[in-house]
Amino acid sequence: MNADPVDKRLIERIQKHPKYRELVTKRSRFAWILSGIMLLIYYAFILLVAFTPKSLGTKISPDSVISVGIPLGVFIIVIAFILTGIYVFRANGEFDELTRQIKEETK
Amino acid sequence: MRSTLPTVSLTGSLLWSSPAWAADPAAASAESPLNMTAIIMFFAFVAVTLGITYWAASRTKTTKDFYAAGGGITGFQNGLAIAGDYMSAASFLGISAMVFAKGYDGLIYSIGFLVGWPVILFLMAEQLRNLGRYTFADIVSFRLSRVPIRTLSALGTLFTVILYLIAQMVGAGQLIRTLFGLPYEYAVIIVGTLMILYVAFGGMLATTWVQIIKAVLLLTGATFIALGALHHAHYDFEAFFRSAMEGVKASGLADHKKVVADNKDIFAPGGLVSDPISAISLGMALMFGTAGLPHILMRFFTVANAKEARKSVFYATGFIGYFYILTFIIGFGAVVLVAPNPHYVDAIKGTLMGGNNMAAIHMAHATGGDLFLGFISAVAFATILAVVSGLTLAGASAVSHDIYANAIRGGNVDERVEMRISKFSALALGIIAIYLGIQFEKQNVAFMVGLAFAIAASANFPILILSIYWKNLTTRGALIGGSLGLITTVTMVVLSKTVWVDVLGYKEALFPYKDPAIFSMTLAFVGCWLFSKMDNSAQARAERALFDPQNVRCETGIGAVGASGH
Repeated sequence: MNADPVDKRLIERIQKHPKYRELVTKRSRFAWILSGIMLLIYYAFILLVAFTPKSLGTKISPDSVISVGIPLGVFIIVIAFILTGIYVFRANGEFDELTRQIKEETK
Repeated sequence: MRSTLPTVSLTGSLLWSSPAWAADPAAASAESPLNMTAIIMFFAFVAVTLGITYWAASRTKTTKDFYAAGGGITGFQNGLAIAGDYMSAASFLGISAMVFAKGYDGLIYSIGFLVGWPVILFLMAEQLRNLGRYTFADIVSFRLSRVPIRTLSALGTLFTVILYLIAQMVGAGQLIRTLFGLPYEYAVIIVGTLMILYVAFGGMLATTWVQIIKAVLLLTGATFIALGALHHAHYDFEAFFRSAMEGVKASGLADHKKVVADNKDIFAPGGLVSDPISAISLGMALMFGTAGLPHILMRFFTVANAKEARKSVFYATGFIGYFYILTFIIGFGAVVLVAPNPHYVDAIKGTLMGGNNMAAIHMAHATGGDLFLGFISAVAFATILAVVSGLTLAGASAVSHDIYANAIRGGNVDERVEMRISKFSALALGIIAIYLGIQFEKQNVAFMVGLAFAIAASANFPILILSIYWKNLTTRGALIGGSLGLITTVTMVVLSKTVWVDVLGYKEALFPYKDPAIFSMTLAFVGCWLFSKMDNSAQARAERALFDPQNVRCETGIGAVGASGH
């Protein structure tokens, strides 16, 4: 077991610090919500592929050959990228600031 | 070079290659004439990367340098390197070829390969960085008992790495024979030797730069091909897709004739995944397999802190997503520009010259002539090198860091000895990869990448994610759950059609699904949960008590292994 070198009292101080609890709650809720969105979109897509492949072949307009599946597929790729951007923006800003304060205040 | 192209089947191109994709060794015996432009460009790439290796070797003095490039890679560089590690020649040629032959189905694979990344970011990236040092086993053994957990993780790593390596080596041999006109064995030996040199001398620093250079070359090359395709349609998407649709109808290729005969819509899913269980199972393997690939996880230890780790995934997702959109355009572009040109078509076999996997390569010629073809061929070679180097480094680290330094020596080792062992492991892995690559030349190894992903999803991923998030996980639970995942995956794949029928030649598969992930992952999670819950030993209590300190480090990075000076 790699019992870590950080001293126990510091760990306890951090755990009791209200901002630590705030960080844990906010960050994990945010992370799981975003994961949920990604999983939901992806598995909805996979289920469309499995159950009604024809629906994805519907044309975007009567005089077009392009199916709705094409913009939808590209949309999933783009949304995956946007979701990572949203997470990084908030984590590297708000969450890292909170972490900095916790470190500062538990010294 | 086009007259006598042998068939290239990128083994392991996509997860479980359908028969149309499977290796066709009989057809791949002829050799092409030497392609000089490609060879000169490839030598330029090799010269540059060996120069980098020489430079990296002088900066690789400690284990931290060797495994993690000193922790000094930036988020942007690491994002490119991850993309370079992940975008294999198989996905470049394989996905564009699948779009070329079947249309929309190629996009389904691309999406599956991509959506694992956001989940890695949200749930794992910063945790990996804050808890780990060199391998993902560092994280799992943070609380859990060192010897058994390290051994299991190293086993999971080596299984994944060797399967993946064999598939890459065989693919490399066949591809290079076709592109460069070199004999298969030479190609495999060249790839193996170069990867040993990069890894053994340059460690993670050299490997990272090989991956970065390759990513830039591949993204640039693919961008030009895609622009060439769109340029032909005057950048009008309606016209582009219309000409692709008409191209399929007019095509003389067997795959396209079948699409027309079956009255399939190339812009809709074409029965690649037929039943819901297969669809979900494939989706799980693609998504969570990515999150359990040891060579990918290892990249998170090369950056200085959690901030940079997060940025890495953001950039990587952008590059990889962009790349998959390009392959989609290239595939349909090939229907328009390559399929109707007799120059690229093998009329007797009813495929493209060298097989349909060559669609992107022919597109390079169709859009940029001989010189550009040489460039793309060299890029394809460089791509393979970058991927196998990452794999070899991950495998070598499992041997030296997990098995030797931690499981055997209990963490008390001389750094220089550990590094020497790592270098010799890289050498040994390289030799094994060359040997097996040559042995498997005429075998159907298409199942190996799929198996590697399934093992990553069912053995590595469950114990990793549970050790981060679930307080009650104990050594016993992780061992039983992880082993169950590993054993059931291998068993189910061997009994499925991909191995039992296609490789071993039996008439009927004993297990009905190609992809075991939905069963093996579930079993692994249930195993971990059940046996952890039942574990009331003193050790289990101690392990649970360590969860809170672990979580503090996980969330705040306090106590995390920091970056060194360079």
